Amino acid sequence: MHSPDAREARPAAGARSHDHCDHHAHHHHHAGAPREHAADALISARNLMLARGGRTILADVDIDIHPREIVTVIGPNGAGKTTLVRVLLGLEPLDGGEIRRKPGLVTGYAPQRFDVDRAIPLTVARFVSLGRRCSADELSGVLKDVGAGSLAERQLSELSGGELQRVVLARALVRAPDVLVLDEPVRGVDYAGEAELYTLIGRLRTERGFGVLLVSHDLHVVMAQSDRVICLNRHVCCSGVPQSVAQHPEYARLFGPQAALAFGLYHHRHDHSHDLAGEPHPSRAGREPTIGAR
Amino acid sequence: MPEPFLMRALLAGLGLAIVAAPLGCFVMWRRMAYYGEAVAQAALIGVALGLALSLDLTASVLIVTLAVSGLLLLLGRQQVVPFDSLLGLLAHAALAVGVIAASLVRGPQVDLVGFLFGDIFAINGSDLRWIFLGGAVALAALISIWRPLLSLAVHEDLAAAEGADTERTKLIFVVVLALVVAIAIKIVGALLTIAFLIMPAAAARPLAETPEQMAVYAAIIGMVAVGVGLFLSLSFDTPGGPSIVLVLAALFAASIFPSVLRRR
Repeated sequence: MHSPDAREARPAAGARSHDHCDHHAHHHHHAGAPREHAADALISARNLMLARGGRTILADVDIDIHPREIVTVIGPNGAGKTTLVRVLLGLEPLDGGEIRRKPGLVTGYAPQRFDVDRAIPLTVARFVSLGRRCSADELSGVLKDVGAGSLAERQLSELSGGELQRVVLARALVRAPDVLVLDEPVRGVDYAGEAELYTLIGRLRTERGFGVLLVSHDLHVVMAQSDRVICLNRHVCCSGVPQSVAQHPEYARLFGPQAALAFGLYHHRHDHSHDLAGEPHPSRAGREPTIGAR
Repeated sequence: MPEPFLMRALLAGLGLAIVAAPLGCFVMWRRMAYYGEAVAQAALIGVALGLALSLDLTASVLIVTLAVSGLLLLLGRQQVVPFDSLLGLLAHAALAVGVIAASLVRGPQVDLVGFLFGDIFAINGSDLRWIFLGGAVALAALISIWRPLLSLAVHEDLAAAEGADTERTKLIFVVVLALVVAIAIKIVGALLTIAFLIMPAAAARPLAETPEQMAVYAAIIGMVAVGVGLFLSLSFDTPGGPSIVLVLAALFAASIFPSVLRRR
């Protein structure tokens, strides 16, 4: 499912970006006209600014999440992805900018780190129902949805990393959210599990119509399920449909040309090789997407 | 019919065990043992104040534990000195104040040991009223915030993102803690109060599958320890509070032992 083109193409992104993504410190806001909040968005944020200890973490970031839309934020470590999520969830105060949420917005959140506290005896069922009081049927339904149907009576502290991720997702889903916010939901999950989880999120989005904000530092699998990608490195480097972002020069600068190539090869990301200059092995040349020459 | 002083001691101990159990579970889950220790020791300042101004001791202790809780909320905002160091500082400053105050007060000898370790056999009718009224209020408040507080203890950011009023919940929790510390001081003293909170919860943990089970088991363990501790205290003429704490430690050891063997 794709959102209208008017939202996808972000010509402003180019105008607002400098030659090098990394030089965020020199970033200035050029766009003269104020950017209006998207009226039909679940969450619409403009000009987000945040600095901690004299260090800029977010500079002039815009983001919209619409119903039935999967928006993926990608960026290298330290790009401010988690901070952006925390700001949008109201967990972190802003230094500037404005966030509009649809009135009565229900959020489901799966945080990046979830360290189980073994001091608290807690079954999976009880943990999920902390998200919202729900009937036993609803509970078993949502656990089944995420493929954790057999885990209901297990202690949270006994779960594997992959099982825990599913259970945390179940807690977000049981809230019947308007928007699902997933901060690197596949950490500690193997590659097959990762692809499966994103397919699941894509399917549930279609069935239930919520919007999704997905954070990743690893774009290969994410891209296949995203309607729109925002490439963040403290400011928005570029954004748009996955294909346009993958071919954007800013994206190639941020992640290196290999990453852009790997996007085209995402089903095979570990079975090709690169030479020291970062060029892929010639045997794969036929599958490379075209990118801007560097 | 046992002696009235023994009945009062038993009632006071059992009442405290019931309210300390769920509170102690949260103190343990939220890693606030050292916080509780600091507030309990700060209660000595309240004792000193009460003696100097001839106030009701439980009331003056409550005022001080509340004031100290507020102070700690404020001090928690600065990040130059780590919070656990602050707690240590406060606990020992309070201890110093308590000991100095006890030495300065003239007239009838002040029983410092009684305030440090409690004097459960000296509980009077007015103390019992404090314990049951204060304990009921504390328990009711705790139950009213149970769900958000549990969610907070499991994962604070997740609870906040889901719309729980985390600041209000945390504030109510520290007020409840201050209240329970104030009513516990006469029974188990400034130094043993935190043991009375933590030990039943710790002993209950290996046996429990749900948070509520843990709280109920902790209450049962606490009440058993009060009964057995008082019996031992009378039989061997040992101090009451320390006897109860010793029984709690033994119960904890028995409860944790199978997990120690399993883990190797």
